[in-house]
Amino acid sequence: MSNITNQSLSEILESIKSKKISSLELTQAYIKNIENAKKLNSFVTTTFDQALENAKKFDNKPNNEQLLSGVPIAVKDLFCTENVKTTAGSNILNNFVPSYESTVTKNLWNNGAFLLGKLNCDEFAMGSSNETSFFGNVINPIGDHLVPGGSSGGSSSALAADLTPATIGTDTGGSIRQPASFTGTVGLKPTYGLCSRWGIVAFASSLDQAGPMTKTVNDCSIMLEAMSGFDDKDSTSINKKKESYSKNLKDNIKGLKIGIPKEYRVDNMPKEIDELWEKGKKILKDLGAQLIDISLPHTKYALPTYYIVAPAEASSNLARYDGVRYGYRSQKGKDLIEMYENTRSEGFGDEVKRRILIGTYVLSSGYYDAYYLKAQKVRQLIKKDFDDSFTKVDAILTPSTPSSAFKIGEKTNDPVSMYLNDIFTVPVNLAGLPALSLPAGLDKQGYPLGLQLIGKALDEQKILNIGHAFEKNCGYKNEIKKWWS
Amino acid sequence: MSKEKFDYFINGEKGKYEVVIGLEVHAQVLSNSKLFSGSSTKFGADPNKQVSLIDSAFPGMLPVINEECVKQAVRTGLGLNAKINNYSVFDRKNYFYADLPQGYQISQYKNPIVGEGKVLLDMPYGSKEIGIERLHLEQDAGKSIHDMDPSSTYVDLNRSGIALMEIVSKPHLRSPDEVNAYIKKLRTIMRYLGTCDGNMQEGSLRADVNVSVRKVGDKNFGTRCEIKNVNSIKFMQMAIEYEANRQVELLEDGKEIDQETRLFDTKKNETRSMRSKEDAHDYRYFPDPDLLPLKLEQKLIDDLKKSLPELPDNKKERFIQEYGLNSYEANVLVSEKEISDYYEEVAKLSDKKLAATWMIGDLFAMLNDKGLNISNSPISAKNFAELVQTIKSGEISGRIAKEVFEIMVESGDNPKKIIESKGMKQQSDPKELEKMINEILSKNKDKVDQYKAGKEKLFGFFVGQVMKLSSGKANPQLTNEILKKLLKG
Repeated sequence: MSNITNQSLSEILESIKSKKISSLELTQAYIKNIENAKKLNSFVTTTFDQALENAKKFDNKPNNEQLLSGVPIAVKDLFCTENVKTTAGSNILNNFVPSYESTVTKNLWNNGAFLLGKLNCDEFAMGSSNETSFFGNVINPIGDHLVPGGSSGGSSSALAADLTPATIGTDTGGSIRQPASFTGTVGLKPTYGLCSRWGIVAFASSLDQAGPMTKTVNDCSIMLEAMSGFDDKDSTSINKKKESYSKNLKDNIKGLKIGIPKEYRVDNMPKEIDELWEKGKKILKDLGAQLIDISLPHTKYALPTYYIVAPAEASSNLARYDGVRYGYRSQKGKDLIEMYENTRSEGFGDEVKRRILIGTYVLSSGYYDAYYLKAQKVRQLIKKDFDDSFTKVDAILTPSTPSSAFKIGEKTNDPVSMYLNDIFTVPVNLAGLPALSLPAGLDKQGYPLGLQLIGKALDEQKILNIGHAFEKNCGYKNEIKKWWS
Repeated sequence: MSKEKFDYFINGEKGKYEVVIGLEVHAQVLSNSKLFSGSSTKFGADPNKQVSLIDSAFPGMLPVINEECVKQAVRTGLGLNAKINNYSVFDRKNYFYADLPQGYQISQYKNPIVGEGKVLLDMPYGSKEIGIERLHLEQDAGKSIHDMDPSSTYVDLNRSGIALMEIVSKPHLRSPDEVNAYIKKLRTIMRYLGTCDGNMQEGSLRADVNVSVRKVGDKNFGTRCEIKNVNSIKFMQMAIEYEANRQVELLEDGKEIDQETRLFDTKKNETRSMRSKEDAHDYRYFPDPDLLPLKLEQKLIDDLKKSLPELPDNKKERFIQEYGLNSYEANVLVSEKEISDYYEEVAKLSDKKLAATWMIGDLFAMLNDKGLNISNSPISAKNFAELVQTIKSGEISGRIAKEVFEIMVESGDNPKKIIESKGMKQQSDPKELEKMINEILSKNKDKVDQYKAGKEKLFGFFVGQVMKLSSGKANPQLTNEILKKLLKG
């Protein structure tokens, strides 16, 4: 019983179904873990009473027909949760309690899960290390001096530390995949439009996408199945039939063509990353897949393009935080303009301000054509690169990140080097494609490294299948000592 | 019809100036719910009672386009003989204000839903075509109320998110009268279409007015000023008048006109500067990533086109052809759909030309007097038609008809019943009349003699006597004939 929380979601679901453990016992086990892991700072809000209540309710009348029967789940604090404080990691929403539930979390609860708490994240999901949160930085369970990645750093940390059986994050430029890679866990950014954005605090609307973060690929398929689906409240939601990702999960990938893009071998990339990539290729080849060299020629423009498009949208999306209707309002200022200035100066942190400034600049008259419009054109070219490649291959294999988890504070004063961490992940967001980050090995310091599988739009099943086969043959296992408790 | 000449010019020492005007009309779309949310659009609710989470821009809220508003914009575009764009894009117009919850207004910038069109005006100097530049859909903002409290501003978001059509004219208008005719025509077209109620008091129709002046004969436009948010035709006309003269004065003094945004002060009857071009907002327009481009299928446009009602210009032509009305009459009778409907109902049952004369004359005067409109007229179309018919058939005279009309207004009764019960029927029986006239003549032998001696003026006296004796009911034409015959003998 003591080790229930280090099992995978699917194992836990099996234990619940077979009544080896009750939902209440499970929930209590997680609560105990969370209380012992305060050092990690992965939670902003806990909802223990509510979770225990829900667990009891489940045990009294168990319904095991659901995908997530009786399982407590903590979610990134970017998802609005009814009557539970939702901060987006920002002072400006420090006191904000939504009266509504995001579609994605509602989908989880409709599938039998219930809320365990809200997980720390970079402020408005802007960051790659979870160091921009108003609620303090999160620590990677891999080592007390390491960042857990970002922006879904609370999610990756909590998952790797067994504080939640699975979780969800959002990925605008890598915010699920990079933290998954840094913590030895599985993270999926689905096709843009597969999961509803309704009720998720917006960062960059054309890039934001919610996705699962789990311990295994099978868990990932279960979570994706539960959270995805058409939503008529989101105009960019894709109207298609729901898929049974977990039921259809296969590990036979014989004959699949895997693209290896030469542009992902960047300058100064650590040798270990290269070796990891080689290892991944070998595993897939041994499983009968065919490796094909491809070119994605516009890859090098992806990062600058991303850092124009995302801040532009953010500068507009964050205009609503003005202190007028909800959230933080500064008490200083003698008129409306001063109230705005003080509220936003005090309410937002530096990284958010930096991106608002960049975004405002690139949309300004006289600069719009040179920056925003050009970035949109390049974005189309990046998308076309992928479209062209996918006429030849079924999926693309790349490293997830150019390095393993870095030290807390290491990059906080160097935003450009921080942004470079997204170099392998942002092209996928710009193209709206699904991509899965899989734990694949350790660097020489013993820190996890991930590989990324990119799929065609709406081809989640295929990359999950490849990931599933890869996982079985890779032999990666997170060995985390619970040094914090 | 004799045509007057256009003569709205401003004479300065240095020459004669013409005024160039373009309008940006904001028309509230007639729709039950807002452009991107399900909130009600009903006028007059208590503050902040018609506000959804979307209208108040809560975190994570997303706009979803209201299809009915899109259809209304297409209908309006078709009514303006305009090009409907199968592809249009919603953009964000970014600025901060307390009554703008999102911090941006969702509008259409580069790709509007409706392109170029035209509107025909009937001016005393002939018909004039005004070009439409574009029509686009956008959200309204909320309302800031500054006079409820000395130290705070209150915000009412009921209007926030309501769908507006911004209809931009080309700079084709040349006088306050043309502006009046243009606004009224737009209003008429939209009311026919049912796409905007045109209610200026409730703010359903407002305009930004662009004014410039140039010497007659100049090819290039002068520098324009934009007068923001004027909400009545009278104020628009006053603002144009003031602004054009202000600009001419500047030019006459050898000064330059600054391109700027101005406000019209209705109390002082003058425009004053709001912000200069240098202070103009940089709205940082960009396509709203929460909304996909709006793609309209040709079939939808074709179907909407087929289901359009007859529009005022066509109806006017038909009234002239079918009912033999003149252009003036037809114009008045098509000015409101309800008026034209009423007229057609009356015309079906009575003399078409006489019906038009009586409607435009007595009926409109009465409605105007009582502050009523045709929809709540105390006289039904059927009764009005009956009245027209009793006049036409000679059953009552025009003079009596006016009395009957008055009684109809008071009682709402049927005219035949009134004539019957009050014995107002015209006396048209020649024998009866002859008997009465003989009686009068025999009583006034002296006057008959004078008449016969050549004092023909006395004919009027005899008619008067007949009318007096018949209480005005004697058929005037018949009376004349019989009198003449008997006086000869």
